[in-house]
Amino acid sequence: MIAILSDIHANREALSACLAHADGAGATRLVFLGDIIGYGADPAWCLRTVMDRIAHGAVAILGNHDQALFARSARMNGRAAAAMEWTRAQLSPDAGDFLRTLPLEHAEEDRLFVHADASDPAAWRYVTGPLEARRSFEGTPARVTICGHVHVPRLFGLTAAEKCTGFTPTPGMPVPLSRPRRWLAVVGAVGQPRDGNPAAGYALLDPDTSEMRWMRVPYDVEAAAGKIRRAGLPESLATRLFAGA
Amino acid sequence: MSPRRPHPGDEIDGFTLGRALHQGGMASIFEATHPDHAIPLLMKLPHLEGGDPAHIVSFEMEQMILPRLSGPHVPRFVAAAGFERQPYLAMERILGPSLLLRLRELPLAVEEVASIGARVAVALSELHRQRVSHLDVKPANILFRDSPSGGKGAAEAVLVDFGLSHHGRLPDLIEEEFRIPYGTAPYMAPEQAMGQRNEPRSDLFALGVLLYQFATGALPFGDPQHLSAVRKRLWRDAIPPRRLRPDLPPWLQEVILRCLEVDPARRHPTAAQLAFDLNHPEAVRLTARAERRRRDGWLKVLERRVNQDRAPRQGRPAATAHAAPVIVVAVDLREQTAPLAEALRASVGNLLRTLPGARVACVNVLLDRYLAGDPLQDNRGRSTHVQRLVELRHWAAPLGLEEGRITFHVLGGSGAAAPLLEYAEANGVDHIVMGARANSMLRTMLGSVSGEVAARAPCSVTVVRAREALP
Repeated sequence: MIAILSDIHANREALSACLAHADGAGATRLVFLGDIIGYGADPAWCLRTVMDRIAHGAVAILGNHDQALFARSARMNGRAAAAMEWTRAQLSPDAGDFLRTLPLEHAEEDRLFVHADASDPAAWRYVTGPLEARRSFEGTPARVTICGHVHVPRLFGLTAAEKCTGFTPTPGMPVPLSRPRRWLAVVGAVGQPRDGNPAAGYALLDPDTSEMRWMRVPYDVEAAAGKIRRAGLPESLATRLFAGA
Repeated sequence: MSPRRPHPGDEIDGFTLGRALHQGGMASIFEATHPDHAIPLLMKLPHLEGGDPAHIVSFEMEQMILPRLSGPHVPRFVAAAGFERQPYLAMERILGPSLLLRLRELPLAVEEVASIGARVAVALSELHRQRVSHLDVKPANILFRDSPSGGKGAAEAVLVDFGLSHHGRLPDLIEEEFRIPYGTAPYMAPEQAMGQRNEPRSDLFALGVLLYQFATGALPFGDPQHLSAVRKRLWRDAIPPRRLRPDLPPWLQEVILRCLEVDPARRHPTAAQLAFDLNHPEAVRLTARAERRRRDGWLKVLERRVNQDRAPRQGRPAATAHAAPVIVVAVDLREQTAPLAEALRASVGNLLRTLPGARVACVNVLLDRYLAGDPLQDNRGRSTHVQRLVELRHWAAPLGLEEGRITFHVLGGSGAAAPLLEYAEANGVDHIVMGARANSMLRTMLGSVSGEVAARAPCSVTVVRAREALP
């Protein structure tokens, strides 16, 4: 069982809850889909935790916020940029050295793990609907693409007739990503959900049955938001955690 | 992928193919055996050649849905293989006959139409509870088990072929692939003909067509060959079945025409409620539908045809078993104190206020000892049974429920718990509300009925106790 965790965004409480849940669910492998840092108040702890898991065989790929730590990005909005300035001050130079080593994508068997649109991973384009999903499908030979970046769980399918449609998964319900169909799974965010459900999101993929489950794990939002406030980060970064927005 | 079609004697993943049961254009179905599986098996193998992707998608859909279904009303899933090699679906083979065989004998007796309808409705109710709409209910897809799985009563209906079905929590491959509605023309609900695939009550429409057919020998909307002709049922109503069969009781016409309502919201809210009506003819509330003798006039039909507002709209269906439950309130007319009766009514009243689609079956158990010991007729010549019904109505009067939302039933049995449990099982009951026996000595002697019901019921049970004043 592979656990896929995306968009942790320096939320220690959410990451701990998801890791404990994934361990309990029998996950034997972990894939971190990027954006370990940014927005939240625990970048150092989250980085250390991911690095530790990598030492035990986990895979991690790069997200745009991770990249922003070592390569200044022109495309970040005000809140994200402010949070990144704060984050940079919290981390030692080793953090940047580590993040620099992360790949933009990771392929295994017929699966591709990538943070955003697979057709051009470094462009950090959002996969929000069937049109964007189709562009991603066309940019990779992988049968199953798994990405994050949007913070909203979705599943897109490409049919034999080249039609692309979207589906919103029900938490915990296994969805078979059956052959010969191609699938693009957007896993929700661990540390900053934006689909109206404040619970932390991650996904479980059974490679034997090709079944995927989008999990939701309640965590101590109060504590995570309190740290954001005490750190002097923008207030909206704290309040949005309560609403999952 | 093998270009050769499978044959009897072929071995696939440990399954040995037996006799061919069906060799259609879309798939072959064989009897099969497997050393690890003692039950009768069949294997469905889709044909991979040919240009029509529809049957491939149907196969994928069934392969997705069947393993997630359980219970006696569906064939048990055994194994499946995808399109990497020879795709197949292995499942339990239902030995009983399909309803297709009965078409030669139409029209059937009223009791049999009702019995078939009730059993199919129960099967649909179980399917809908598992969030699946069948969307291709027709005689060929309904089988009956050789003997009932519980060992008593009539053989249970089994629904087969989930190739056009919709699962509320899985991607709908049919909807993705095709923008034209798939189904079987004579039985297809109007909203299905408009492309809607997430409405469980489409199955109630199809069952209504089937009941009409079995009761009269005719199809209410014919067998149209084109989609435009299928859509005609949006404005053109069926000839009332009693016109074709004058001895059809009004209650059955009421039930059939309610199933055939164009607007799903005007049909029974759930399959369980439809089953309830078919099992309790005396409790069906008759409306103008029951007495209708002819179709609507041309003016009304024209009005429907031009008035687009009347067409079913795409959207999330509102009625689910949760919103429209069947609630049983067990009333103990003999030992119930006034405060407990009050508390029981208040509890039922609270449920009904939050669940406008709910219906209440008010039941009382008439113990056999009353039947055996006391004479059936009392001094004034009224049977104990009727007296109990009168008392139940009296008990429920303060609830102020309109006719049709509440029904009254006196059950017989040697103990109180067993008849209640059987009733709940047979009628797809969602919730039992009952009072706790107050007298502790009686409870010690006889055991707690509510305790036994709560432990064994197939549904939620609320045990109501009147709050007593502290000593």
